[in-house]
Amino acid sequence: MSRRQLILIAVLLLAACALPFLVSNYRTFQFTLALVYSIALLGLNLLTGYNGQISLGHGAFYAIGAYTAAILMDQYGMPYWATLPIAAVVCLVAGFLFGLPALRLEGLYLALATFALGVSLPSLLKYHHLEKWTGGVQGIVINKPEPPFGLPINADQWLYFFVLAVAVLMFVLAWNLLRGRIGRAMVAIRDQHIAAEAMGINTAMVKSLAFGVSAMYTGVAGALGAIAIQYVAPDSFNFFLSIVFLVGIVVGGLASISGAIYGALFIQFVPNIADEISRAAPWAIFGIFLLGFVYLMPMGVAGAVRAGLARLSRKAQNSHTGST
Amino acid sequence: MDAFLHQVLAGLATGGIYASLALALVMIYQATHLVNFAQGEMAMFATYFAWSLINAGMPYWPAFLLTVVFAFVLGVVIERIIIRPVENAPVLAIVVVFIALLVILNSVTGWIFSYTIKVFPSPFPAEPIFGKYITSHGGGAIGVTLVVLVLLYLFFRYTPLGLAMRAAAQNPDSARLVGIRVGWILALGWGLAAAVGGVAGMMVAPIVYLDPNMMGGVLLYAFAAALVGGIDNPAGAVFGGFLVGVLENVLGAFVIGNELKLAVALVLIIGVLVVRPSGFFGKVLVTRV
Amino acid sequence: MAAFLQVSKLHASYGPTRVLHGIDFAMDEGTITTLLGANGAGKTTTLRALCGMVKTQGEVKFAGERIDGKATEDVVRKGIAHVPDGRGTFVDLTTEENLRLGAYTRKDRAAVNGDLERVYGYFPRLKERREQQAGTLSGGEQQMLAVSRALMLRPRLMLLDEPSFGLAPLIVQELFGILRAVNQKEKVSMLVVEQNAAMALELADHAYLIETGRVVLSGTSDEIKRNDAVRRSYLGY
Repeated sequence: MSRRQLILIAVLLLAACALPFLVSNYRTFQFTLALVYSIALLGLNLLTGYNGQISLGHGAFYAIGAYTAAILMDQYGMPYWATLPIAAVVCLVAGFLFGLPALRLEGLYLALATFALGVSLPSLLKYHHLEKWTGGVQGIVINKPEPPFGLPINADQWLYFFVLAVAVLMFVLAWNLLRGRIGRAMVAIRDQHIAAEAMGINTAMVKSLAFGVSAMYTGVAGALGAIAIQYVAPDSFNFFLSIVFLVGIVVGGLASISGAIYGALFIQFVPNIADEISRAAPWAIFGIFLLGFVYLMPMGVAGAVRAGLARLSRKAQNSHTGST
Repeated sequence: MDAFLHQVLAGLATGGIYASLALALVMIYQATHLVNFAQGEMAMFATYFAWSLINAGMPYWPAFLLTVVFAFVLGVVIERIIIRPVENAPVLAIVVVFIALLVILNSVTGWIFSYTIKVFPSPFPAEPIFGKYITSHGGGAIGVTLVVLVLLYLFFRYTPLGLAMRAAAQNPDSARLVGIRVGWILALGWGLAAAVGGVAGMMVAPIVYLDPNMMGGVLLYAFAAALVGGIDNPAGAVFGGFLVGVLENVLGAFVIGNELKLAVALVLIIGVLVVRPSGFFGKVLVTRV
Repeated sequence: MAAFLQVSKLHASYGPTRVLHGIDFAMDEGTITTLLGANGAGKTTTLRALCGMVKTQGEVKFAGERIDGKATEDVVRKGIAHVPDGRGTFVDLTTEENLRLGAYTRKDRAAVNGDLERVYGYFPRLKERREQQAGTLSGGEQQMLAVSRALMLRPRLMLLDEPSFGLAPLIVQELFGILRAVNQKEKVSMLVVEQNAAMALELADHAYLIETGRVVLSGTSDEIKRNDAVRRSYLGY
């Protein structure tokens, strides 16, 4: 990673840390949610953007993470930060297990299977035999975390920093993963499945792992989301949540880590704008954005940024070399 | 025994509806190798159109026919304007376009008609006329499904246009070589599929009540049905539809309770995809390496 | 006098790869012309270019009208029938359905039925198998089916891409005999691409030799047969 990129990231991190002291509590909360979504989108992007497996049901893993955290806090009195590793493991396993039968499915069929998962999950969450854990239709209410060690910040600000820290950790882990052997294997499988296998990559293992890791990320995001909103209920995790995630990675940019951030900002803040454009049909605006991006900007915002930067650096080079 | 028979027949009635929607899915799949995730919402939109006509005073059957035409035109327009630009795009782009379509149709319907649940009339009488084991609407729905299936079969088997559509679906290059305008034939296929979907919507609305989200579950069952029967086999889709309908009802009433019925569809879909992706009657696809 | 089919400076590409580098040739009405050349020379591409199946530059005139740039479906409606390599059979449809599709663009119902009988007259084996699924026919029968399907258009020009491919010599002789008969009785012009130079030169009146996307030799089939270079490279003696 170039020095310029490192400096840029440092600047962004500094700005991110300063943020909660510059804006209202409500705004801080919105940015906290945006960070949560960025982790979820990173998870989905790992699977779909880098490994080429389409998932229309990632809302399910978000829900599993959220419910895991809520149940642990509500029924077993666990502190909020302890629920994260457990939610991570639960979703890693769940994702891996779902990924195993999904191995034989490509493209549309996988989309179909994950679509089914996304559509049927709320009804599973409402199942009355599971009610004593899931709280049924009413869901579960949990407590807001308090800032530790008597730090001079309020609860919203503490939550923001907590999520920021987790997000930075998850992003660094992902970046590391993608740079290494497994990351390259994932991309190889996405681009040339058969050649990858012929080369000796254990595609079955990599693909299932990709599913597991992707689910883990989205599940951790779900746990964080539950902690931030202090409430989980089946209908918050319906099929439309999976669509929101899909919108996020398409708009943000597939196969791009920064895309997860652009996408998260989009899905957190645009619905408010969309609400103002069309009081009654904000989802239609989402849909139109989706179409617009597919037809006009298929590489997403991240791709556009990359292209723009490339053009700028070419111009800079040309003016440096001078013209005669 | 009574209750069982009742569930089986009710299952056949809803099964007919799943069969119709599954058939629409298979028709599009055969022609394009694409799964139309928005098929349910297109059907739902057409059903709302019917509702507005009936609400404005039009008698049922004229409204029904007009809606079928409307759905047909809707399908053609959607294919030409929204699907055509991404016909050869990567799978993810196509899936995203379908999902976008789903979301737009759902949202626009809610915007125009509001989300309050509406009653949709049935053309069949309230008293049971087919015996005590099945409602009139249930029996009527089976009848309508069968009529649609027969008409489609006759169309594809015995008309030149139907033949051209079969040819274009199987082998678009050769179809062009005999002068078939494959692009328009594709649009026609979408129109027909949308029309069939519209009929399914109008048959299911009296049962589940009309609301923008009514086709979500139905679409899932239709997917399961199409997969069970073989995603490229129309007769299989029909068989699958009736099978899924009966399974849903019988399992829901006697084994797992009504709440988990959607989970049945999920298990079926994953099960079929993993164990036998070509379904009962589909062609086993061998990909050449 | 303008030729029936006039091809000038035809270039064609598959994506960024240029395959034809300026093909020039012409055909008179009622004749059989063959395009010869080795694998990869660009013969199939030439036929596909005539039908609008690949991106082209240059001019193609058919009966005085320019057809370059037209979509395949429109070229067909001008009376050009293409029998593709691999035959392009609709394998899941019956033999007769395949034949009827050949007449898809025609409006004269009664004449189509008459043509069906005529085609069965040329190829009685197809009549025996009329209700059979076309994919179950043998290679030779599928080739006859492909030719018949093209005839059902009542074409003015037939393009045939390697009709002898994969067929036993006796079958090829039978097929070529029928092609000759159709050409003489019904004045259907034919452009035949072939790797089997010997049999093609027996059938055709004129020949063009194509190498790496260019015409390198042309003449009557007698002239070509006697050409030394051709004899050695393509006729094997």
